[in-house]
Amino acid sequence: MTTASTPVTGALGGSSRVRPLAALRQTTTLAWRSLVSVKHNPLELVDYSISPIMFVFLFTFVFGGQMAGSPEAYLQYALAGIIVQNTLFMSMYTAMALNTDLTKGVFDRLRSLPIARSAPLLGRIAADLAKQLWAMLLMLALGTVLGFDITGGVAGFLGGLLLLLIFAAAMSWTAVLIGMLAGDAEKVQVFAFTLIFPITFTSSAFVMVDTMPGWLQAWVNVNPVTQLSDAFRGLLLGTPAGEPIMWSLIWAAGIALVFAPLAMRAYRHRV
Amino acid sequence: MQYAIRADGLAKRFNQTRALAGVDLQVPVGSVLGLLGPNGAGKTTAVRIFATLLRPDEGRAEVAGYDVVRQAGRVRSMIGLTGQYAAVDENLTGTENLLMIGRLLGMPRGAARARAVELLDRFRLDEAAGRAAKTYSGGMRRRLDLAASLVGRPQILFLDEPTTGLDPHSRGEVWDMLRVLVAEGVTVLLTTQYLDEADRLADNIVVIDQGRVIADGTPDGLKAQVGGQVLQLRPARATDLATAHALLTEAAGPLAKIEGDEITVPVKDPELMPSVVRRLDQAGIAVAELTLRRSSLDEVFMVLTGHRAQPQTAAGDDEGDDEQYATAGSLS
Repeated sequence: MTTASTPVTGALGGSSRVRPLAALRQTTTLAWRSLVSVKHNPLELVDYSISPIMFVFLFTFVFGGQMAGSPEAYLQYALAGIIVQNTLFMSMYTAMALNTDLTKGVFDRLRSLPIARSAPLLGRIAADLAKQLWAMLLMLALGTVLGFDITGGVAGFLGGLLLLLIFAAAMSWTAVLIGMLAGDAEKVQVFAFTLIFPITFTSSAFVMVDTMPGWLQAWVNVNPVTQLSDAFRGLLLGTPAGEPIMWSLIWAAGIALVFAPLAMRAYRHRV
Repeated sequence: MQYAIRADGLAKRFNQTRALAGVDLQVPVGSVLGLLGPNGAGKTTAVRIFATLLRPDEGRAEVAGYDVVRQAGRVRSMIGLTGQYAAVDENLTGTENLLMIGRLLGMPRGAARARAVELLDRFRLDEAAGRAAKTYSGGMRRRLDLAASLVGRPQILFLDEPTTGLDPHSRGEVWDMLRVLVAEGVTVLLTTQYLDEADRLADNIVVIDQGRVIADGTPDGLKAQVGGQVLQLRPARATDLATAHALLTEAAGPLAKIEGDEITVPVKDPELMPSVVRRLDQAGIAVAELTLRRSSLDEVFMVLTGHRAQPQTAAGDDEGDDEQYATAGSLS
C-alpha cells in the first residue's frame, strides 16, 4: 500500500496502482500458471481426480447396501454429501499452494514485479475454483454412470454447481489465512484435515440426522456442511431446498466476511 | 541520475532484532557493488528494502532515482531480483516460468515467448527448456532464476547470495553470466558471504555487520587492510618452536609470532611455501602441521571489528570455512 500517490507520467504506468484491465490480465496469467503446473505434476491430478473417484466408489459400494438397502439407493442420497466433503478438502489445497509459494520465495519474485498486489492471490483462487469444478463434474459423471439420477434437471444441476463454487470461494479465504499463518505446507495439511474431517462427518452429508444422539443433532443442524449438503442434494434431486440454500449462502457470506479481512491482513503482513 | 541505488540512514527492526541500524550506501550507474557480511548481518534485509519487499523503519532509499516506498511501482519496473532461494515455480518448465514473467510484465504472447527462448539460450538452458524446473540441478535452477529476473530488461539487478550452495563449477558459470550483464551496462548490487566472490565481481565493496556499514572501498583497498595469506606452522616438538620462529622470521618477515604451540605469519608471496619447507627440512625440524591459507572473511572482520564474523564459530576454532593446504607429519 502506498501512502502517497505520484502522478503517472510514463506510458508504462509507473505508479504503484495497476489499472484494472492490467490487473485482470495478471490474475489470468497467474491462474494459467497454477493450472499448467498440473501438466508437470501428475500427482496433483491424482489428488483432484483419483481421490474423488475413490470416494464415490467407496461410499457407494461399501456403505450403500447397509445404509439404504442398495448401493444405488444410497448413492441417490450420499452423492451430494460426498461432493461437498471433497469440495471442502480441496479448498485446503489453496492454503498449501500459497504456503509453498511463500516459503519457496516465489512470492518475493512476484512482488518485485510491477503487478497488482492482489493478482497472485486471486489468480490462485481462480485456478483452484477451476480445479474444484473439474472434480465436481467428474464425481457427478461417475455418479450418473453408477446410477445417480439428476432429477432436478439442468437448472438444478447448474444451480447446485454454482452454490458449491460460491461456498468454495468463501472457504478460499479461510484457506488463504491458514496458508499465510502456517510455518510450512505440512502443518497446513495437518491443521486443515484436523478441522475439516470432523466437520464434514458431523453433518447430514452421509447419513440422516435423526439416528444421531440429541446433543449431536443440535450441532449437526447448524453445521454449514449439513446446510450445504441438503441444499446441493435438493437442487440435484429437484426437492424443496429453499431454506438450506438460504443458510448455505448466509454461511458463505459469513465465512467470507470474517475470513477475507483476516486473510488480507495476514497476506499484507506476510508478503 | 548519478547513483542507481542510494540509501541514507536505512534502519529496520524485527521485534527485538535490529536488522539494519543506519546504513548509507551509493552505487554509481553501471557499477557492481558487493554487499559483504556474515549471516544475519542485514544483507538480505537491505536488498528486500531496495526491491520494495520491505519498508524501512527509518531512513530512505532510492532506486533509479525513485523512492522505494512512495514510488514502489516505478522502482519495480526498473529492477530485477534474484533471491537467496531460487524463486522459480518448480512445477513449471523453464519456458513457462519465463513466459509467465513476460506476460505479467505486459508483453504480448509472441514477444514473451521470444524473450523466453532468447534467455534460455543465453543461459544454456535451451535443452532443458521443456522440462519442469524441479528436475533441474541447483546450478540450472539458479541460472533460470537469474534469467527470470532479466525478462523485463532491468537496468538494476539485485542478487541476494546468487552462488550460495553452488558447487565451484556452477559458481563460475553464474559469475561469467554476471560479467556479461555488467558489460551491457546493468547496475548490480550483489550480496555475498564470500570475499573472493566480491573480489572477482565487484567494483566496490561495502562490508556490513550487525546492521552497520563497517568498511567500504575497492576490493584491493580492503585486501590491503587485511593482508594476503597466513602461514601457520606447528612443530612436532615444542623444543623446536624458537628455532622455527627464527627461521620463519628470516623467511617471511618480522610479523611471525608464537601463539601457543604454533607460529603464524602473514605472507604476501605464495611462492614462499616451498622455500619454508626446504628450510625446515634443512634445519631438521619435524612438522606436525604446516598451513597456508587465504585471509578469510573471518580475518576481515577480525581486523575491521575486532570480533569474529560468525557468532556460531566455537572458541579456539581457528579455521573459518576457508581453503586449507595442510601438510601433516614429519618432513625430515
